[in-house]
Amino acid sequence: MFRPAPRASGYFRTDYAQDLALVQTRAERVTVVVVIFLLAGFPFLASPFALDLACQVFLASIGALSLMLLTGYAGQISLGHAGLIAAGAFTTGILAREINAPFWITLPASAVSGMLLGFVFGLPSLRLRGLYLAVSTLALHFVVIYLGGEYETKRGFSTGIIVEPPRLAGFKLSDGRGWYFVLLIAAALSLIVCINLLRSRSGRAWRAVHAREPVAEALGINIAGYKLLAFIISSCMTSVAGCLFAYYRGFVSIEAFDLFLSIQYVAMIIIGGMGSLLGALLGAAFVTLFPYAIEDLLGLLPDVQKLAGDIFAVNYAAFGVVMILFLVLEPLGLVGVWRRMQNYFLLWPFKHRPLAGLRK
Amino acid sequence: MQLVVNIVVLASIYALIACGYVLIYRVSRVLNLAHGELMMLGAYLLLATASLFSGHPAMALAAAALLSLLTGALVYVFLMRKMTGEMVLAAILTTVALGILIRGVAVLIWSAQQQYPAVALGVANPSLSLLGGARISIWSLALVLTNLVVYCGLFLFLNFSRWGMRMRAAGQNPLLAAQRGINLHGVYALAWSLSTLTGALAGILMALDSGLTTSMPVIGLKAFPAALVGGLDSLAGALLGALIVASAEVLLIYYVDPLLSDVVPFLVLIAMLGVRPWGLFGTREELDRV
Repeated sequence: MFRPAPRASGYFRTDYAQDLALVQTRAERVTVVVVIFLLAGFPFLASPFALDLACQVFLASIGALSLMLLTGYAGQISLGHAGLIAAGAFTTGILAREINAPFWITLPASAVSGMLLGFVFGLPSLRLRGLYLAVSTLALHFVVIYLGGEYETKRGFSTGIIVEPPRLAGFKLSDGRGWYFVLLIAAALSLIVCINLLRSRSGRAWRAVHAREPVAEALGINIAGYKLLAFIISSCMTSVAGCLFAYYRGFVSIEAFDLFLSIQYVAMIIIGGMGSLLGALLGAAFVTLFPYAIEDLLGLLPDVQKLAGDIFAVNYAAFGVVMILFLVLEPLGLVGVWRRMQNYFLLWPFKHRPLAGLRK
Repeated sequence: MQLVVNIVVLASIYALIACGYVLIYRVSRVLNLAHGELMMLGAYLLLATASLFSGHPAMALAAAALLSLLTGALVYVFLMRKMTGEMVLAAILTTVALGILIRGVAVLIWSAQQQYPAVALGVANPSLSLLGGARISIWSLALVLTNLVVYCGLFLFLNFSRWGMRMRAAGQNPLLAAQRGINLHGVYALAWSLSTLTGALAGILMALDSGLTTSMPVIGLKAFPAALVGGLDSLAGALLGALIVASAEVLLIYYVDPLLSDVVPFLVLIAMLGVRPWGLFGTREELDRV
C-alpha cells in the first residue's frame, strides 16, 4: 500500500482544531474552492445528456464509496451490492406506490431497511471469511432479488413500479439541473461521512480487522461489532443511493439489479484502486462513463451498421477486457496511476525514491 | 415418478457442472465463477463444429470436446497463471471478468437468439417412457449416463493415474509438491482443461436437449451451491450436494411456487453456510486457509 504523500511541508499544528481540520494547507483550500466552482458551474454549461451522465456518476459514487468502506477498508468482501441498492429502490417504490409516502418518509425508510438488511448480510461475516463470505453475500443477493420479483408479480407490476418525482419543500424535483444539485450534495455528504468515519475510532478498528483479526482482537477491538457496523453503515448508504436512484429514474424494476450490477460496483472499487476513497470516485466515474465512451468509439468505426444491434454485447465484452487488464496489469487501479504521476513530479528530475527519506 | 426422473436429471446436470468447480478449487484454491460461461462456450463450440463437420455428429462432438479442453488450458496459461498468489477477491473477479468477456463475445459471434445444435447436427431427440409413466428425453438420459461415466473416470484418474496423484498432491500442499518435482503449472492447466471439458459436456448435452441461449450461465451459477453443499474440495460431496439441491429445487417448485426456481439453490447454500460452511464432505481447515 502507498502511504499518502505529505500534505504540508512541515508540522505546524498547534491545537486540536487544526489537527481535526479536513482542509489544512492553502493549496488544498484553493483546490477545494476550484472544484466546488467547477461542479457548481457545470450544469449551467452542460447539455442535458451530460447532466444525466453526471447524475449517474454521483449515484454510482455513493454506492462505490460505501462498498469501498466495506471491502477496501474493513476487508469484508461483498458480491451482493446490487441487492442492497434494490432493497433501497424497492422500499421507496413500494412505499410510494402503496401508501403514497412522500420523500421524507421513503428516504429514512430506505435507510432503515438497508441497515436491517446490512445486519443480515453481515451475520455470515462473523463466521466466514474470504471466498465463503463472498459466496454468502452472492446468495443473499439472489434472495433479495427473488423477493422483489415476487412482489412485482404478486401485485401485478410485472413490468416495474412507477415512482412519481419527489416534492421537496413544496416544489417538484423533476428537471435535470435540480437533480444534479441534489445528487451532488448527496454524494458530497457521503464522501464527508466516509472521510470522517475512516479517520475516527471506527475507521481505525476496521483497518485493524482488515489487516489481521487476531491482532485486532488482542488490541481490544470488538471484531464482531465492528464487522457488523461496517456492513450496516455501508448498506445504509447503499440503500439511500437506491432510494435516490428510484426517484431519479422514476421507475423501479427488478431487472435493473442483476448480478452484473454487483459486479460493476466491485469493478468500480477494483478499477479505482482498493483502499482509497479517491479510487472509489474515480472508479465510479470510469465504470459509469465507460459504455458511453465505447459507444462513441464505435461511432468512429466505418461499418457501424453491422455492430449497432450488438452494442450491448460489445460493451459487455469490452468491460470484461478492461476489468481483466486492470486486475492483471494495474492491481492498484486508477489511484495507482495517479500516485505514480504524483511521484514522477515530486521526484523530478530523478527517477527513483531515495533509499531513506520521503517515505520514512 | 416423473418427479423422481426430474430430480435425477437436474441432479446430474448440477453434478456434472459442480465437479468443474470442485476440480479447480481442490487443485488451485481458486473459485471459478466463469464456469457457467465456459460451459456455454462449449455448447457454442459444438454449434461451430456442427457446421464444419455436417453429417458427422460424432466427429463434431469430439472436436467440440477437444476444443474445450484446449480452451481450459489456454485460460489458465494466459490468464489465471498471472493471478496465482493474488488476493482471493482479485482471483474471483478475474474469473468473473472472463465470464463477462465470454458472454459478450458469444453474443457477438452467435447472436443472443435461441439456437438448436441438435438441428445443426441432424440428430433427433425422442423421449422414452420409463416405469410408472414417466418420460425422459434421450439426451437427458445421455446426460445422466455421461455424469456417471465422468465421475467414475475422475475417481479412477485421481486415485490411480500418475497425473491424478500429482493433482491431489498439488492440492494438498503446493510447496511440497513443487519440491518433489511436480510441474505445478502443468497440473493447474490440466485441472482447468478437465474442468472446462466436464462443464462443456454438461453444456453440450443440455443444449442438445433443449436449445442454447446466452442465458445458460445462470444454470452454471445455480450449480455452484451443489459444489459447496457437498464440500468445495470433495468430488463425492458434489454428487450428493447436487442431489440435495436438485431435490429441494424440484420439490419446492412443484409444491410451493414455480418462481422459486432461481432462488432455491441459494437458499440451500445459505442454510449450509450457517450450519456447516465447509460442506458435508469438505475438510474443515479449508475455512481458515481462504
